[in-house]
Amino acid sequence: MGVGIKVDKLNAWFGKTQALYDITMEAPANHATAVIGPSGCGKSTFVRCLNRMHETIPEARATGRVRIGELDVYNGTSAVQIRRRIGMVFQKPNPFPTMSIYDNVAAGLKLNGFHDDARLDEIVERSLKLSALWDEVKDSLRKKSGASLSGGQQQRLCIARALAVEPQVLLMDEPCSALDPISTGKIEELIFQLKEKFTIVIVTHNMQQASRVAEFTGFFLLGKLIELDKTERIFTTPSDKRTEDYITGRFG
Amino acid sequence: MRTRFQQGLDDLRARLLRMGGLAEQAVDRACQAYIDRDLARCHMVLEGEFQINVAEREIDELAFDLLALQQPIAVDLRFILAVTKINSDLERVGDQAVNIAERAMDLVELPKADLPVDIPRMAAAVSAMVRRALESFIEGKAELAQAVLEMDNVVDRMKDEAFITLVKTMNERPEVTRQALDALLVARNLERVADHATNIAEDVIFWVRGADVRHNVSTEPPVHQASTDTR
Amino acid sequence: MPENVTATSDFAAAPISLWRRGMNFFATVAAAAAVVLVLLPLGAVFGYLVYKGIGSINWAFLTQTPKPVGEAGGGMANAIAGSAFILLIASSIGVPIGIGAGIYLAEYGRDRLGNIIRFTADVLNGVPSIVVGIVAYGIVVLSQGHFSALAGGVALAIMMIPTIARTTEEMLLLVPNTVREAAYGLGVSRWRTTLSITLRTATSGVITGVMLAFARVAGETAPLLFTAFGNQYWNWKINQPTAALSLQIFTYAISPFDEWHRQAWAGALILIVLIVAAVSAVRIVAGRGMLKGAN
Repeated sequence: MGVGIKVDKLNAWFGKTQALYDITMEAPANHATAVIGPSGCGKSTFVRCLNRMHETIPEARATGRVRIGELDVYNGTSAVQIRRRIGMVFQKPNPFPTMSIYDNVAAGLKLNGFHDDARLDEIVERSLKLSALWDEVKDSLRKKSGASLSGGQQQRLCIARALAVEPQVLLMDEPCSALDPISTGKIEELIFQLKEKFTIVIVTHNMQQASRVAEFTGFFLLGKLIELDKTERIFTTPSDKRTEDYITGRFG
Repeated sequence: MRTRFQQGLDDLRARLLRMGGLAEQAVDRACQAYIDRDLARCHMVLEGEFQINVAEREIDELAFDLLALQQPIAVDLRFILAVTKINSDLERVGDQAVNIAERAMDLVELPKADLPVDIPRMAAAVSAMVRRALESFIEGKAELAQAVLEMDNVVDRMKDEAFITLVKTMNERPEVTRQALDALLVARNLERVADHATNIAEDVIFWVRGADVRHNVSTEPPVHQASTDTR
Repeated sequence: MPENVTATSDFAAAPISLWRRGMNFFATVAAAAAVVLVLLPLGAVFGYLVYKGIGSINWAFLTQTPKPVGEAGGGMANAIAGSAFILLIASSIGVPIGIGAGIYLAEYGRDRLGNIIRFTADVLNGVPSIVVGIVAYGIVVLSQGHFSALAGGVALAIMMIPTIARTTEEMLLLVPNTVREAAYGLGVSRWRTTLSITLRTATSGVITGVMLAFARVAGETAPLLFTAFGNQYWNWKINQPTAALSLQIFTYAISPFDEWHRQAWAGALILIVLIVAAVSAVRIVAGRGMLKGAN
């Protein structure tokens, strides 16, 4: 089961430039929350602050409180520990090119010291089934490299890899923007099923995608969260004119 | 903004207004024909119906294309949905005008009867409702539309009074039964036109405010949660 | 062109002019000629070596130590083994340091210290090999009091390090950042990511760098003159002077004896063959470890 995400006054900087201003919001457990907004509005930065990936950029920092279930992301545990509990899928599929499909899925576990081989087989199979890739690769798990799959398959492999460590939250940064419509459709279907077990935050610049997969949608503009509401409300009668202008294509 | 889409919306708006004008004119003409016992005007109304029907088809087609090709959402989607509904109501208004004209044609054959019912007053009220409903659409103002909703009660009362009076007349003066019947039917047609004007007003409110105020139950969009923006 | 398609412009419709085609042909011929010019010296050297040396290569040559002056026969077996021994020492010093430096430069060295290290490596690369030999003499031979294979290994290692470091750095920088991010996203620490993921992805390139450095130092003579010094007999002790193929060739080549000249040619041929064999072997072994579809 997933857990809810609570963000309280999150601010983020790149060096001296502020990228996020006082973001306060909640993403409910076992639902998908979409984050939309024009280029440069801070939506990717926001999501990367949730698992402290933002810090991997030199001179980047963030302040505020982020709670994922009982876990306090910024106080207490190290960034590396946090990231082991939160799964992330990136815009461009990035399987480890020198590893087989099996090793890719197991990477999160093996690299962090887990070596029970018998259980690994089971975990790899379960993760690949969860990400709807098992049937396509079950015969060449150790023979084919992760990079030899098609784009859509690679992205599902990355999802399996993220799910193998059993996070409760899955962060997705524009996961379908590099994929064709059929692969995109498969992954959207996947997100729908994953909601039962995980809480999902998905950044997307495709509003139709947000309306298809997410129950809640947040609109970001210039580093601020303008509006967060049920998706159907945002897309039929948004409260803020800026939200309406953006989604109807009057700017952005 | 997407120019083709904006042009489509403007086109839709213009066509609906034109159709509104035709419908309004039809009702006015039909009522005038009834009051003046003018056969020529009746025929004009009957001929004019064709144009209204053609307009309805064209508007529906254009709206359908915009929905299919442009993926409108929020206010644009509400606008297009409202237009399709108003379209349908205006066509019915046109039908009612034809009904009134037919009553007028029937009445011309009959000797003139002095009936204790003020059709001209009712016609004027209904005409005003239609006009105001179309104005609220042109201006995009929910307050004007709200005013139309309130006028409906007045017209309903007028119709009820007309019924009671005319039934009494038919009992007391059986020789003017047919004229009374015609008047009764015209009163009812006018009341239907008022209902359609009310529907149009409700559709405008839906478009402008996103609130569904039909059947006297309002579903205003509730105040949303979790906005951090302090403007 | 099909008849229902009209050319939209004269430009698109015009055939390629004679001048264009001539230039195309000329450029192709020039490129081919350049390839031949490059391969020619290589072929010439190899061919000449084979011509002069093949006659002297026999089982005795490959298994016996040199005979005293004046006697016929003998071989360079100890020199072949000695070269391998010295190169092993050099590699065990040079490869880890070189790769380590390369990793530092790529992953952590975007600052001033990194630039200093880079500059130092480039300068070191240009230092003449004899000078490196003298430095190794000063550091190792003088402090130990005798010539040794270790000193030879140190000298060669100093020459390997800059090449390995720079190539490793470049190969690591070629690894796209998305791969590192994938590891960070899984909660892998930075050093672990660098070793297990980034370095692994760049393995083939790093190996190329190591091979380049190895091939370069395998034939060096000057650094070994005052360090390994050479030896008539077998030596497997790290602290004793050791024979090396390049040294032996040098000694024999400048001698006045025809017998020794003959053996020098054979030695040179052996040296080239062994270097090519070593590099190829590593390539094959490394390639077998790759998966289908990995690059």
